[in-house]
Amino acid sequence: MSKVNKPFNSKSVDRWSVFFTGLSGACTYLIIAILFLIVGNIVWNGAPHFSLRFLTTGVDAGMFNVSQSGVFPMVVGTAARVFLMTIFVIPVGVITALYMTEYSKRNSVIIRLIRGAVNNLAGVPSIVFGLFGLGFFINFLGQNMDALMNPASAQAVWGKPSLLWASMTLAVMTLPVVIVATEESLKSIPPGLREASLALGATKLQTVVKIVLPQALPGILTGAILAISRAAGEVAPILFTGAAFSVQGLATGLTDQFMDLAYHVFILSTQSPNIEQTRPLLYATVMALLLLTFVVNIAAVIVRSRIRRRMRSFR
Amino acid sequence: MSHKVQENAEKANRWIGIRRGQTRRPLEWLAEKGILVVSFSTILMVLLIFIFVTKEALPIFFGTMNSAANQTILSVEEATKLKPEALREYLNLTQKEFADADAETRALLIEVRAEAAKDQSKDKDAKVNTTEWRYLLKAHQWTGYDKPEYIWQPVGDIHKYNIIPLLLGSLKVSLVALAFALPIALGAALYVSQLARPSTKEWLKPAIELLSGIPSVVLGFFALIVLASALQNIFGYQTRLNAFLAGLSLGLAVIPLVFSIAEDALTTVPASYMQAALALGSSKWQAAWHIILPAALPGVFAAAVLGFGRALGETMIVLMTSSASIMSFSLFDSARPITAAIAAELAEAVFGGHHYRILFMLGALLFSLTFVLNLLADLVISKLRNRLEGKK
Repeated sequence: MSKVNKPFNSKSVDRWSVFFTGLSGACTYLIIAILFLIVGNIVWNGAPHFSLRFLTTGVDAGMFNVSQSGVFPMVVGTAARVFLMTIFVIPVGVITALYMTEYSKRNSVIIRLIRGAVNNLAGVPSIVFGLFGLGFFINFLGQNMDALMNPASAQAVWGKPSLLWASMTLAVMTLPVVIVATEESLKSIPPGLREASLALGATKLQTVVKIVLPQALPGILTGAILAISRAAGEVAPILFTGAAFSVQGLATGLTDQFMDLAYHVFILSTQSPNIEQTRPLLYATVMALLLLTFVVNIAAVIVRSRIRRRMRSFR
Repeated sequence: MSHKVQENAEKANRWIGIRRGQTRRPLEWLAEKGILVVSFSTILMVLLIFIFVTKEALPIFFGTMNSAANQTILSVEEATKLKPEALREYLNLTQKEFADADAETRALLIEVRAEAAKDQSKDKDAKVNTTEWRYLLKAHQWTGYDKPEYIWQPVGDIHKYNIIPLLLGSLKVSLVALAFALPIALGAALYVSQLARPSTKEWLKPAIELLSGIPSVVLGFFALIVLASALQNIFGYQTRLNAFLAGLSLGLAVIPLVFSIAEDALTTVPASYMQAALALGSSKWQAAWHIILPAALPGVFAAAVLGFGRALGETMIVLMTSSASIMSFSLFDSARPITAAIAAELAEAVFGGHHYRILFMLGALLFSLTFVLNLLADLVISKLRNRLEGKK
């Protein structure tokens, strides 16, 4: 009661409020501090060993050779799988988003089903994607392709871990990312544009292809970037579907196994014969991976904030 | 010439269907159907994941797998009387290998098999089919143990596949992660969405989202190389890689996820709530805690549920920070979660063998678990949105 009856005084401050505001602020800055701690630790320890030579040499001198080994084949492998994944995931993701925003009725049963599937796919553990890639792409698709194409040969061509299957597994994993980003950008396009196009006699398809899609391009780009940044650092889905401990030369064909930057981080930190000695190599490799994902991430943040600004200006 | 061009244009227009008065538009129709079909691929993928992960585990579910070290031995006469399919299974051959082998080769194989069986283990557990459900879920008194125990030990003579230690490991690690991540992430979400100045908020949010951009393998590396020794020095426990370390580093991956979902939920609460509370004389914190948070509570709950799902499914961090699977409730003992077991052991498991099948069964279990958690979170979030938008 006394609290309620206290006369209102703008200068009196509730002490608990100050305390809890400070506490929640502390939580926020703790997260930032953790981020800086991790990144700082990696850059501090990784930078001395990080050089152009490190980026452009392979592991011919041995996996754990600190002074002579580099990460070139891993960077190429990661780039290849991410590039292939983008080719697979973008068309499917964009078309799905187009259907959800342009074609279907709002809140129809199909839309709800698709949205449920997207949400579900986004939450599936990455290791389950690895199992799926092994069970479906390699054991089912690959082996059946082998049986159809050259039944006489005992050598598996498609029915084994490869670049193709790893990228496809990653494409399935990143599908929700692309769909959500594209959908967001499609929704930010003012309906007036579509109406104007339709009123001028363009058909639905023409409107979608010539008016809506070009406007949605930044959003699609964000989706692609986010998918790339998510996929570049993932190891679990490619553990059984394509990544290899060590491969001679670069991965050139779709059916080759490949070395991978993120997987290499795992190898270096868990299988090194002498962790103290290989520490510089490990830190530099982590730094390369972090650099790759951060550059991609920051690009996504910039493109995204532009879209959000546009969305606000139309409202 | 121009006549021809016009004719062509007309033809094209007819095909696209934009001539006035024309209602049939084959290309439009085709494109529309094509788009519909492609957009079903997401649903198809979820189904395929379920089907193909479960498919590999079916023999376990139906109990048709036999992992006993000592199998029944047949003489050549007995074996030749078997049906071809049964004989093939007895000899552990693939369809193709079996078709290639003639009667003589088969007889030879049967003899080899019987020969090998002579040095079978005398252990009483060697006859046990460890893939049966009672061995998967219940404690069993193995030879050499003085009481029934839960053991996951897929290597050695007798494969012990009790999944309870793995489940316990997953649960232990995820709960530590949540206990660490939830308060921090929720505090930060409240601060960023309600209390911080807009100019501060502008850079705080992307900065925290950057944490989610760190690949989990890098977090695992950080936990293994830096955190493990640091924590051991601080707390002075015995096992270097334990559930506490795994949970803490897992928390680093959970924080940004919980933060962004909770922050979203808190931001959807109409600004008028805050304004009304402030107008009545409450402080900003009081309004945020007593008004905004209860209004957004379902969303916060959903964030916690999704965070739990993420913690259960995260692989690389727990793979790098866990070692042996031990049945122990202590946080400072080593723990091996489900995901770590799958990632670490599948490469060594014999293709199509019982270990392989059991790992797929664990994968199917994980998939169903996260499916339910996602569904729950989805439901709660859509309810919240409807409530805040004034729809019943």
